[in-house]
Amino acid sequence: MTMENQNENRELRGIPVSPGIIIGKAHLVDRSRVKISYRYLIKSEQIEDEIKRLNDAVAAMEDRLSEIKNRMPEKARDHSYILDSHMMILKDSMLTDSSIEKIKKEKINAEWALKKSFDEISLIFSQIDDDYISRRISDVEYVVEGVLRNLSGEQQQNLNKINERVIIVARDLSPSDTSELNIGKVMGFITDGGGKTSHTGILAQALNIPAVVGLESATTMVQEGDLLVVDGNSGKVTINPDDETIIFYQEKQLKDEEYKSSIARTCHLPSVTMDGHHVPVRANIEFMEEITAVRDYGGEGIGLYRTEFLYLRSKGMPPEDELFENYKEVAELIFPDPVTIRTLDLGGDKLGPPFKTTDEINPALGLRAIRFCLRETAIFKCQLRAILRASIYGKMQIMFPMISGVQEFLDAKTIFDEVKRELNEKGIDYDREMKVGIMIEVPSAVTMADVLARHVDFFSIGTNDLIQYALASDRINEHVAHMFQPFHPAILRMIRHVVLAAEEAEIPVALCGEMAGDPRCIPVLLGLGLTDLSMNAQSIPMAKAMIRSISMKEARLDFLKVISLGTAAEVHEYIDQRIKTVFPEAIFAENGVRRASA
Amino acid sequence: MEIERSFKVNNSLGLHARAAARIIELGKHFSARLYLRKEDTEVDGDGILSILSLACTKGTTVKARINGEDAEAFMEALENLFVNKFGEKL
Repeated sequence: MTMENQNENRELRGIPVSPGIIIGKAHLVDRSRVKISYRYLIKSEQIEDEIKRLNDAVAAMEDRLSEIKNRMPEKARDHSYILDSHMMILKDSMLTDSSIEKIKKEKINAEWALKKSFDEISLIFSQIDDDYISRRISDVEYVVEGVLRNLSGEQQQNLNKINERVIIVARDLSPSDTSELNIGKVMGFITDGGGKTSHTGILAQALNIPAVVGLESATTMVQEGDLLVVDGNSGKVTINPDDETIIFYQEKQLKDEEYKSSIARTCHLPSVTMDGHHVPVRANIEFMEEITAVRDYGGEGIGLYRTEFLYLRSKGMPPEDELFENYKEVAELIFPDPVTIRTLDLGGDKLGPPFKTTDEINPALGLRAIRFCLRETAIFKCQLRAILRASIYGKMQIMFPMISGVQEFLDAKTIFDEVKRELNEKGIDYDREMKVGIMIEVPSAVTMADVLARHVDFFSIGTNDLIQYALASDRINEHVAHMFQPFHPAILRMIRHVVLAAEEAEIPVALCGEMAGDPRCIPVLLGLGLTDLSMNAQSIPMAKAMIRSISMKEARLDFLKVISLGTAAEVHEYIDQRIKTVFPEAIFAENGVRRASA
Repeated sequence: MEIERSFKVNNSLGLHARAAARIIELGKHFSARLYLRKEDTEVDGDGILSILSLACTKGTTVKARINGEDAEAFMEALENLFVNKFGEKL
C-alpha cells in the first residue's frame, strides 16, 4: 500500500437510489454557486455592445437547451418539460428584459446586471410559502449560470463531450444535467445532495445508471481522476480502493451483471413454485412514479400503497379531490392488477398544528395511524371518501394500519360504513365489494388473530413494526439495533400463528415488510403459508426467481425445521446452508436488498 | 376590450412550472395581453417567473384580466386550460 494518496480506500456512505456496481474514474462537475468573475461600469457608448453580448449569451444558452432536448434519451422524454420551462425562464422578462434595463440605466456589465436580476427573483421566490414552487429557484439558477458561463467565455461543461468512461461527481445534478448524460460514457454518478426521492434517482433508474446521492462531502473528498467504486445497492462509495477492494467489487459486479441479465429474461415469468403453487409477488410503493418500475420488475400489482406522502407535502390537509385524483390514477395505472391501499399511518407530530402533540415521550407507542384517525375522524372520513370514490377505477382494497384489537377494527369499520352510506345518499358510485383488511403489526393483534380473522377480509403482516414491537427493540437505536432480528424464532412463530388464524377463516394473508424482499427469507415465508408477498419493486425479480427455484413441499420442510430452532443465529445458519444449495445467487444479493419502511 | 374572469386552481400541483408554461404557450396565439391577480398582487401572464411568483397552490382563486382585440377567445381558451387542469397527468 502506498502513502501517495491520503484518501486511499476511503469510504463514504450515502443513499443508494439506483442499483448496480461500477468501478471507474471520477469526473467532477462543478455546479457550484454562480460566480461572477468581474463587475464593472460601462460607458454610454458601450451599452449597445453590452446588450448584444447578453443577447448572444442568451441565444447560445437557448441553442444549448434545445440541443439537450433533442438528444434526450427516449426514456427520459417525460422530463423534457423541465427543459421547456428552462427555456421559458431564459426568455422571461423578469430575467432578460430586466437585465437589459439594468445595463441601460445603471450602466453595468451584463454579468452584473444578470446577477442583480437573479437576486431580485430569488428574493421574490424566497417569500413564497409553497415549498414546491419556491424550490423552482434552482431552475432559475441553472439557467442564469449557463448564461453567465457563456458571457465569461468559459467552456460550458458539456457532459456529452466526455470522451472517457467516467463516474460523474457533483453537488447535485439538475434534470437537464442528468438528461444530457452520454450514457455510453457515463458509468454512474454520485452527488453530495439529494434524497431517496430525488429526481436524479428516478431518472438514473430509468437510464439504468448506478447512483448514490446524499454523500454530503463527495465533491470535496474526491479529486478529478480518482478511482471510485460506487455500489448503488448499498450506497457505499470507495475512493481510491486498494487491490483487495477492487477485486472484491469486480467479482461482485460480474455476478451482479450476470444476475441482472438472467433476471431481465425471467422476471416476467409467473411466480410459481416448482410444484405449481402460485404466490403473487407485489410491490410496496409510496409514489405513483414507482408504478413503471413495478411493471418493469414483473410485480403483480401493489401490495402496499403508502398514502402519507400527500399529507406530508402540503401544509394543511390535502383536499379530498386531490387524494381522489391520486388514488384513482394509481388504480388505473396498475389495472388490471390490484392495489392495496393503506390508510394514513402518521402521527400528529408529522402533521403540524393543530394536530401536533408535543407531550409524547414515545411516539412509536403514541397517537398515530389508526388511533390518530379514530380521533380525528374528519381527516379519516375525508380519506375514506377519496378511496371509495377511486375504487371504481381499478381493483382496490383497503387496509387499516396498527390495529391492536377487535374493537379498534370495528370502530374503523363503523366509520367506513358510515362514509359508504353518505356516498349512497349522494348517489356517488363506489366499489361495493371492496375488501377491507388490516395490517398485523401490533403483537396484541397477533394474539387476537383468530377473532380478527372473522371480521376482516384479509391480513397483511407488516414485519418492520411487528419485529420492533415484539422484540421491544428500536432498529434505529444503535444500542439495540442488533436485536432487531427478522429471523428471531418468536417472529416466525407469530407469523405462523397469524397464518393459521387466516387459514381457519379462509382469508388471504400477505406479508409486506423488508423481510419479504430478502430472498433468503422466501422459502421460510412460503413454508409458513403466506399467500402473498409484497416488497420494494427492485426486490421483486430476485424474489420471483427464488420462488420459481423451490418447491412448496421443500419450503414446508424448511419451515418445520426452522420453527423448532431456538435462536435467530441457528435460524440464520440453517437458512444460509439451504440457500447455498438451492439458490446461490441470493447470497451475494444480501446487500442488494434495498431498505424499506413498511 | 377588456374582460375579467375568476378561476379556481383545481389541479393538484397548483400553477407550477408546467401549468405556467401552458398558459404562456397559449398567450402566444393571441394578441391580447393577460394579467393574473391573486389577492392584491397582479402579474404579467406571459412570464413563467411572474406566474410562479404568484404561488397559486391548489384551491387558490385567480383573477384573469385580458386586454386586447381577441380577449374573448383568449379567455375561452384560458378557461379550458383551468377546467382541464392543464392536462395534468402525473
